[in-house]
Formats: sequence, structure tokens, C-alpha cells
Amino acid sequence: MARKATKPARKAKQPAPSKKPAGKTAAKPTRAAGKEQPDRAATLILGTRKGTLILRRGKDGWKAEPLGHPGVSVSYAARDPRTGVIWSALEHGHWGPKLSRSRDCGRTWEDAPQIKYPEGARYIDPFTEISQNKSRYKAASLMKIWVLGFGAESQPGRIYAGTIPGGLFVSNDGGESFELNLPLWNHESRGGDLFAGDGTGKSFWSGGGLGINGEHAAGIHSLVVDPRNPKRLLVGVSCAGVVETTDDGRTWRGLNDGLRMDYGPDPTPPWGHDVHFMALCPAQPDHLWQQNHFGVFYSSSGAKKWKIVSKKGALVHFGFPVAVDERDGKTAWVVPGRADDQRMAVDGALCVARTEDGGRTWKALRKGLPQKNAWDVVFRHALDIAGDCLAFGSTTGNLYFSRNRGESWECVGSNFPPIHSVRFA
Amino acid sequence: MPVVHLARHLYRFFPALEGRQLRVQAATAAEVVRALEALQPGFAFYICDELGRLRRHVNMFVGDEHIHDRTALSDAMPPEAEVYIMQSLSGG
Repeated sequence: MARKATKPARKAKQPAPSKKPAGKTAAKPTRAAGKEQPDRAATLILGTRKGTLILRRGKDGWKAEPLGHPGVSVSYAARDPRTGVIWSALEHGHWGPKLSRSRDCGRTWEDAPQIKYPEGARYIDPFTEISQNKSRYKAASLMKIWVLGFGAESQPGRIYAGTIPGGLFVSNDGGESFELNLPLWNHESRGGDLFAGDGTGKSFWSGGGLGINGEHAAGIHSLVVDPRNPKRLLVGVSCAGVVETTDDGRTWRGLNDGLRMDYGPDPTPPWGHDVHFMALCPAQPDHLWQQNHFGVFYSSSGAKKWKIVSKKGALVHFGFPVAVDERDGKTAWVVPGRADDQRMAVDGALCVARTEDGGRTWKALRKGLPQKNAWDVVFRHALDIAGDCLAFGSTTGNLYFSRNRGESWECVGSNFPPIHSVRFA
Repeated sequence: MPVVHLARHLYRFFPALEGRQLRVQAATAAEVVRALEALQPGFAFYICDELGRLRRHVNMFVGDEHIHDRTALSDAMPPEAEVYIMQSLSGG
């Protein structure tokens, strides 16, 4: 089903980190009962324009560890809760995207086995001008590792990577090798099996993600594992929409009913949707949320049907990230932005908005956030939740933390590099 | 045998190469990359993508000349070539 895409890399040098006692806010319904986990809300991992930054919260507030990967742009960084390994997706300006990992809580880093598209992998770029005799068929090479995801406790060694152009790479050996999921790569929505021939010649995947060298192609940025059934995985694609497998990646189908796409003649096409980020409620997995280019969408039916829960012109509509309460599927947070022609805080006032009723009403949460001369934009992976704690970071280098569900915020720092991702660890 | 000189920046990722004279058996630019990969696994993916193309912001010189074929790296390598692999001055 999948082709080998990598070879083993240099051997790991560091032992696995020790576990810390669990904390009050570390509730994670998906984890195995009785297994000790660190207090997720006490550690933040940032992927920034200038490296990987780990911050720890102590009695005297947040303290940053020495910067990892200094000077290197990091598109995403997160800790595997099963192993404690921290993974960082690098975007070297000259040397290309690379996967890096730390087995000692960020003290040292090593190149991980690298993600590579298999020989013969092609994709169709619908925006290529074929009148200029350029082919719409492009040979795939890695532009960006956009997101990393970790399998369930019952899937030891399962790690996912979403990439540009539109690849889902899967590891079953703890990241020692990754393979491109071919059923999704060869999906009919993107022209069929282009290893075998030219397929249908038509792809509904386009856009979306900005890769290294400024190239655009569709990319996978959201990975949602169903905690009831880890063989069910939903991926968010910019631009295509939501795609689901229920058989561990053998077959895939679109779940885009109810989504809107305002930049085409048909506002409700089956494909072509610009999901900005998608997240699920771990305790109520049929409750999913997505911040989309064209509004906030909510599903209480496991993504079978989406419903728009924002209005054009209202505070909550445009933005990139969304966070969902770990227990209550009707509660979610977004960071509103002025629509796509500006992509910055609305009216220069930074706020987070929360709904507790499935998006019927939204409350603007502003306490502790700057209410004038703020032009921050918060990227799709730069808002996270752990229990009652939330944190978000902006491309202006500001990092905010709330311990009370967003009611009030404290500024952790204002001089960070542009922040691409924020994850509790 | 061609001698390869690397941008200092690359020693950050491949410190084992620093201070060594890199004399490689290679008749083409692609063979230079293969020889360096054999010395330091992972090196090729820093300067080329998985299609074997020289990365956009990497330059390879033979003497004073840029290589001509950045896609397949077919440029012939004179036996006593001095090869330079550098990051390009891009981004201002």
C-alpha cells in the first residue's frame, strides 16, 4: 500500500527523558489510565522563525530554555506524549526541510530520518498555465513538513507527518522511517494514480500552503485521530477540505458537506475547501471544529455534516487556529483576524473568542491582551489547550498564556521570533 | 581526483567533515554528491532534493564556473577540479 520513502538516519545519542508527575490540568481522556504524564500545561514548545524554544512554568513564571536550532525556521514542533521525544520540523533557507528530534527534553538535537517522496511521485498543479507548454504534472519533492501527529497508545511507533505538496507520511517504527500513504496520494480527487499514468488529468487539490522557496501547493496541516478508533483518521487540507479514512489509510473519502467556499462559482463544491485548521474534542469525538478561510465551522456528527457558526463582518469569522475543550465538544476558542485582505488583529485589538454553545454565541476575551496598536496574526498551529490552560503566539513574537479558559491572559514575552506553532508538552 | 570545498555553514551539520581535505573519486557533479553522501550519510539531502536537483539556494562551482546542469548534475569533473559547494546569496 505504501512505498518506502526514507532510509535510516544517524543513530540516536541520548537516553529517553524521565517522566514527571502528572499535574492538575493535564487531563487527557485518550491516554491509558494510570500512566503518569507530565503536567502538559507547565511546558510550552514553540516553533519559531529562528528556532525551537521550550519554556517551563515554575513558581516565578515562565522561563525559556536555550534556543534549539538557532537561526533555523521551524514550522512545527511538538512532544510525542508516548515517548517524550520532541520533534521539530525545520525549514532551512538553503538546505531544505528537515526533521529533527530530541530525546533529552530539548537539550540536544539530532537529524531524524528524513521524509522524502518516493521516486515517481507526481501531482497535478491546476494553476499551471498549460498554454505556455508547461506541464501540470509536477514531480514531488518536499517543500514543507507542516504538521506532525502521534498515534494512539494502542499504536506504538505510529507517527504522522503532513507535508506540502499534499503528502501524508506515516511511520510505524517511532520515526525511524516514513512512508507516503499512497491511497490518499492517488485519490481520485487529485487525478488518480499518477505512478501508473496521467490519471484523469484533473485535481481538486490546489492552493494553499506556502512551501520553501515560496512555492505554493496543497498541503496537509491538520491530523485528527479518533480516540475511539485509531484506524479512523481525518486530515485537513488547504486547499481541498477534510478527508477521512476509517480503515487505517487504505481508503479515503471527503467530508465536506456543509462547508462554503466563496471564491468560486459554486459556493458548496465537494472539494476545494480551504480548511485553516481542524480539531476534535477528545471526550466527545463526534464534535469537530474547523477555522476555515470562509468562517468557523462546527460538526456534531463526526464531520458528516458541517455547519457555519460565524458571520461575515462579525468579530468571529476569519482566522487560522481553533482549540476545542477536552471534555465539552460545544466549547471552542478561536483568534479572530480581519479577513484575508488584511490578516491581522481586528481593529488593532487582540482578542480570543470562546463559544460554549456550539457556536451560537461567542464571547470576546480581551483581559490582559493589548487593545490598541496590535497587528498580530496567529497562525494555525499557534493556539493550544491543556485542561483549563490556553496559550497562543503570534507572528509579531508575542506569547500569551491563560490559566482560566481565556478569561484573562498574561504576556509570557513580546520579543520572541515570529511564532509558527505553540504546543503544550 | 577533485577536491571539494564546503561552505562553513555546512560544518554545523556535518562537523566530521571540518578540517578534512575532501578528495573524492568523481567524474561528474552528481558523483561528487554521491561521494560526499558516502562519507556523511544525509549530506546529499542538504544540498539536493529527493529528485537529485541542486536546491534552489545552493550553488556548486567547478573552479570559477557555476555548474550548468542543476537538475541532473551531469557537468563533467576534470581530474584536478576544485569544487565549491556554497549557499547562495539570496534573501538580501
